Amino acid sequence: MKIRDRICRVDSVEKINGKVRYIEDIDFENLHFARTLRSGIAKGEILSIDYPEIPDGIWVVDASDTPVNEVLMIKGDMPVFADKTVNYIGEPIALIVGKDKQQVIEFMNGIVVNYRKDEGIFHIDECRGHEDMTYSSYEYQKGDIGELDYDDTFEKVYSTGYQEQLYMEKQGLVGEYSDNIVTIHGSMQCPYYIKNALIHCTELPGDNIRVIQNTTGGAFGGKEEYPSLMACQLAVAAMKIKAPVELIFDRREDILYTTKRHPSQTRIKTYLKERRIVGMAFTYELDGGPYWGLTDVVLQRGILTLTGCYNIENVKVEGKAYKTNNIFTGAFRGFGAPQSMFALEQHMNQLARYLNKDPIEFRRQYFVKKGDISATSGVFNETIMLQEMADKLEKMSDYEEIKNKKDYYHGVGVAFIPHGGGFTGDGEASHIKAVVNLKKDESGSVHILVSSVEMGQGAKTVLAKIVASALDIGIDRIVYDDPDTFKVPDSGPTVASRTTMVVGGLLYKAARKLKPLMSQKGEVLVTETFKQPDNIKWDQTQLRGNAYLSYSWAAVIAEVEVDPITFEIKCTNIHGVYDVGLPIDEDTFIGQVHGGVAQGVGYGMLEVMESIDGLIQQNSFSSYSVPTMADMPRMYTDWIYNPYKEGPYGAKAAGELTLVGVAPAIASAVQDAIGIEINDLPVTSEKILAEVLR
Amino acid sequence: MIIGFELNGEQVTVETTLSMRLLDIVRNDFGLTGTKEGCSEGECGACIVFLDGKVVNSCMVPMSNVVGRSVVTIEGFSETERYKQIEAAFRNAGAVQCGFCIPGMIMAVEGILRLNKPLTDEVIKEGLSGNICRCTGYQSIYEAVRHLGEEVWQDVQ
Repeated sequence: MKIRDRICRVDSVEKINGKVRYIEDIDFENLHFARTLRSGIAKGEILSIDYPEIPDGIWVVDASDTPVNEVLMIKGDMPVFADKTVNYIGEPIALIVGKDKQQVIEFMNGIVVNYRKDEGIFHIDECRGHEDMTYSSYEYQKGDIGELDYDDTFEKVYSTGYQEQLYMEKQGLVGEYSDNIVTIHGSMQCPYYIKNALIHCTELPGDNIRVIQNTTGGAFGGKEEYPSLMACQLAVAAMKIKAPVELIFDRREDILYTTKRHPSQTRIKTYLKERRIVGMAFTYELDGGPYWGLTDVVLQRGILTLTGCYNIENVKVEGKAYKTNNIFTGAFRGFGAPQSMFALEQHMNQLARYLNKDPIEFRRQYFVKKGDISATSGVFNETIMLQEMADKLEKMSDYEEIKNKKDYYHGVGVAFIPHGGGFTGDGEASHIKAVVNLKKDESGSVHILVSSVEMGQGAKTVLAKIVASALDIGIDRIVYDDPDTFKVPDSGPTVASRTTMVVGGLLYKAARKLKPLMSQKGEVLVTETFKQPDNIKWDQTQLRGNAYLSYSWAAVIAEVEVDPITFEIKCTNIHGVYDVGLPIDEDTFIGQVHGGVAQGVGYGMLEVMESIDGLIQQNSFSSYSVPTMADMPRMYTDWIYNPYKEGPYGAKAAGELTLVGVAPAIASAVQDAIGIEINDLPVTSEKILAEVLR
Repeated sequence: MIIGFELNGEQVTVETTLSMRLLDIVRNDFGLTGTKEGCSEGECGACIVFLDGKVVNSCMVPMSNVVGRSVVTIEGFSETERYKQIEAAFRNAGAVQCGFCIPGMIMAVEGILRLNKPLTDEVIKEGLSGNICRCTGYQSIYEAVRHLGEEVWQDVQ
């Protein structure tokens, strides 16, 4: 086949007829069920736990059973089971395991945990200036903001709240232990993250740990680091009772106690000289919750592209992440960028307004181009086509007409977004070191052997298409099973919009190597390992150099209508132009755009999630509103071709990019419609009303 | 107690209680796992089945309401000709991503086709707004149904 051939997704039929099996649909012999005993307080000491008499067939699995009571993520500061102290509401203390679900629940109802309660920290305002409440602190500069010649400044503070991934399939894993091998099955993004966490926690050799992904019903970052915690608990439980143990959350506990997008605050001060930007200073802060998790990396991704699509001569960036007793915050599509890009893009819109300029025209003066120096003092190596994207966006949206619509409550908002593909800086080479295998079997089928998972984003279709095209064989000859760490090498986690660009790039190279060997009899195996391109230079201690291997770009316009009486907001249209190099499969790419827009619409105007003293207030589909079909705008999508030479067929990152620009475009459209400054997400009618009454 | 009802065209009995959810019965007692549990409160549509031909969220239906009635799950419905049309429309529109909401969505689509009304914008959006999909942004699903509407109406005429 050829790369531009149109195909239907390879996994759609079994998903439509319901035959595909998610973890909850699979039978295991002698399966036991686990429920989690959780902390009822946000911070304190566990004085004692009163268990009812433990009946036959019920097990309590806790810290005392755990060889190394640490969940290895970036650090190992999070315990597998809370032991003596608890640091957030819902923190796991023990698993209660039994064959009979009802018996497990009845036993749990009889447990009393006695605490000594301490004062928790729930607001990042309380953390500023306290080193013991600060996970990470970064600062970098370009030019010299201290020596600026300026005649005006423009300063604003922006904030964002929690967002829940709300994948349709809840978190779920099954742990088994037999022949001294721990096996974890289930819904996940990163089989090797789990494997590494299990090696650390169980102290078993790597050969005794097996992780197998099952069909995964959505993840969006929510199944990046969190399943490592569950897997460690299940490994300990399975080793203790020597039977398979299933841990599947109910929806309420999944919403309340699993990772969320980090709440943020961003202060931006822009220095102007003769109405032109000469410098920008940023302070970006995140609520990192009770444990490190991935917060340090989310923080870096948030600050590395804080100047967005613009070439600003003098820049100062400070980023801080704080330790609180709120819910554990972590990975969610965009990974720090939805927060920082909301702040930047809303600031750019407000600046344009302040200077009485059109928001697109205003941005055009500052668009980065090839050869410019980025905020982190790296050179933009690739061709950047932001001007062309702006032209296309203006044309497809009838920009001149829609922005001059006389309806008083109609508004138009704009956002331009960069998104780096793959891990930050030299992370792909220094940290991930991806390996892929391609195997031709005796029948002539070609097996894709990678740890990247299909979670709905289309990896199975896109990677199969890359290999089939590079080999010029039919896609029906490609086999790509759900990864099993006993069979596939570590091609890295399924995160950071890296699967098509990095893993697909390696598979393309492997397929080119395999092509001349296809006529050989018997099995042929080829391997490819990631090598950093020579033009990428990065200093992690200074955050200096090329922050990403390549950038994808998005240009977005939102149109809204605001009801003048109820202030209800309706987002009517989203126009988007994207540069992802080349979309490998156009339908899959459009699917990524539409899904990203939907989550951006939610983030921008629907998904209110509040925490009071560490307890999330929205715990169900009825209290946490995500977009339904009736809430969605009409989406108009187009793209430009700008092939990236290291990417397969020129492809770059796509998945996260599509979400990031939507919320700032909506917020500025609302501001355009009703003239009220919007500096806080999500924008809701309640917030507008409060602002009107102020 | 023993409860008898029709499941995908066959008479069946099950030993259970009147308050047991229909969702648990089809999944656990009959192994029909195409019906999914998403929200457990009737808000997401992943567990839709037909009860006497009408769309219901099976997580909200106690077995007391099922006695002697007809239940069709995605496994039963997927044997029909109409299903094949819907499947083709979804495939061609690229309307599937993670797939978890899709069997319920398919049942909801059949639900609005059974209204025997032209599939206008309003009918589609109202009929499917009880089905949450977190992946697709719904537009491809909408397009699939729009296309299907034209096809089905041509058949009718």
